[in-house]
Amino acid sequence: MSRAAHFRSALPRRCWRATLAAGVLAAAASMGAAPRAADIPLAERRSSYVDMSAATRAMQDDDAANPASLWVLDGETLWRAKPASGPACADCHGEATASMRGVAARYPAWDAKQKTAIDLEARINICRVEKQDATELPPESKDLLALTAYLARQSRGLAIAIADPRLDAVIAAGRQLFERRQGQLNLACANCHDDNWGRKLAGNVVPQAHPTGYPIYRLEWQTLGSLQRRLRNCLVGMRAESYAFGAPELIALETYLLWRARGMPIESPAVRP
Amino acid sequence: MGATGRGRRPRRTHRVASRRDLLALLPAAAVGGLLPSLMVRPARATPAALKAAIAEVIGDAQLNVGRVKLEIPPLVENGNTVACAVKVESPMSATDYVKAIHVFNEKNPQPNVVSAKLGARAGRAAIATRIRLTDTQTVTAIAEMSDGSFWSHSVDVVITLGACLEDPL
Amino acid sequence: MPRALIKLPSTAKRGEIIEIKTLISHEMETGFRHSSTGAPIARDIITNFVATWNGEEIFSARLFPAIAANPFITFHTIATESGTIEFRWTGDNGYSASEQVKITVE
Repeated sequence: MSRAAHFRSALPRRCWRATLAAGVLAAAASMGAAPRAADIPLAERRSSYVDMSAATRAMQDDDAANPASLWVLDGETLWRAKPASGPACADCHGEATASMRGVAARYPAWDAKQKTAIDLEARINICRVEKQDATELPPESKDLLALTAYLARQSRGLAIAIADPRLDAVIAAGRQLFERRQGQLNLACANCHDDNWGRKLAGNVVPQAHPTGYPIYRLEWQTLGSLQRRLRNCLVGMRAESYAFGAPELIALETYLLWRARGMPIESPAVRP
Repeated sequence: MGATGRGRRPRRTHRVASRRDLLALLPAAAVGGLLPSLMVRPARATPAALKAAIAEVIGDAQLNVGRVKLEIPPLVENGNTVACAVKVESPMSATDYVKAIHVFNEKNPQPNVVSAKLGARAGRAAIATRIRLTDTQTVTAIAEMSDGSFWSHSVDVVITLGACLEDPL
Repeated sequence: MPRALIKLPSTAKRGEIIEIKTLISHEMETGFRHSSTGAPIARDIITNFVATWNGEEIFSARLFPAIAANPFITFHTIATESGTIEFRWTGDNGYSASEQVKITVE
């Protein structure tokens, strides 16, 4: 049976045409060389902030209007709150405005115990379990987002600084994930974010995808969310298999992306459409 | 998804009513008063609902155009959160002030957006909020003055949709 | 936990018009959505917002589902006397939240 005929019998009528078109596109795209995630020189790195509308930028610029401020406030309360059996964050670290300044700028960081990179959320949970005798906060939970937002806020304006040589292998793994074609569209992250940033996809500008503002208040979510949440949804949007929260692939991607954005100022907590 | 080979799918023993069948029923249904229940009611405000919502506020008073400035971006990245500000020219004196500001929309499931009560004490008739717009549509702001007059301003807003739609978390 | 954010000047001159910005966390579930199984998700929104200055109402608003999540409302008022400005949000399912801010008027 011919390929076209096979599609016709197996799929509902209106679907097979789209699938055939996608297949043709993918075949044509793959005929060129595999994409390389070329390093964008620091001078050319752009935050997606510049592509947002004036109204959305204004929302981020005004702390009184930025909904993420609510989570930052909560984070401050949690920072000082004593869990049932253990010290409060503040008891060991003092005022976060001083002690946590610059911390988010160097995350994901190398964890000697786990012998891999860990992100800020994982670091908070390690502290809770090991130092505060408390339980881990679930991914995307209000409290974890609040603490992450509060800590990230302390690094606002500072340059992202991922430079630990121990992270090299994780960064390389993340780069591979960023550059490899995957999913039903046979699409690599690099296809859009390295090769076509600045161009439009269905009316929106394709960003370079530098995670300079996480955790972000995403208008699409109508709430605050982490980089891992965004990455998981990116993969679904690409029609590729997503990863569970905390998966090594997500950590590798996070580390690579923050390294790729090194030198850019942190905007956390940012607003994004 | 289980692996089913071709030919294992059970044949339909009855024909599901097609759209053509339903359309053929329309004349009879209209006569019999059945039409409303046959049509799927979309979750949208109809122009009639918007008119009714505005009438509830202004009664049979005349709706003047002017004095009100509805500031809302003409092109919006995400309809979930649209900046919306309303400013009204008024001395805001004890005898001449803005009593209330009402905002309406055209295509959301419900025509009302917000109704704010002001007064001379406000000093300035200027409010701002963020609203949801389900689709490209017209947004209308109406100011109710102390002398009983109503003034309005309408703006057409285009809602774009993100290129990479996500599944919810 | 404070889930409201108020921005207004801590001091003002008598008769000065000041701007007050308010932000409160609330999902503002519209009541028009359906779950993935098709079941309707019930409406759960803030319906009313009132601000008082030393007990006297200076601003109020009726909110509808078209107000975006985490409602942001700004308005103006004339600074009359020192005291407390109270903000109260009420809504579906008995929701109630309030916030108080002191202001000095010279």
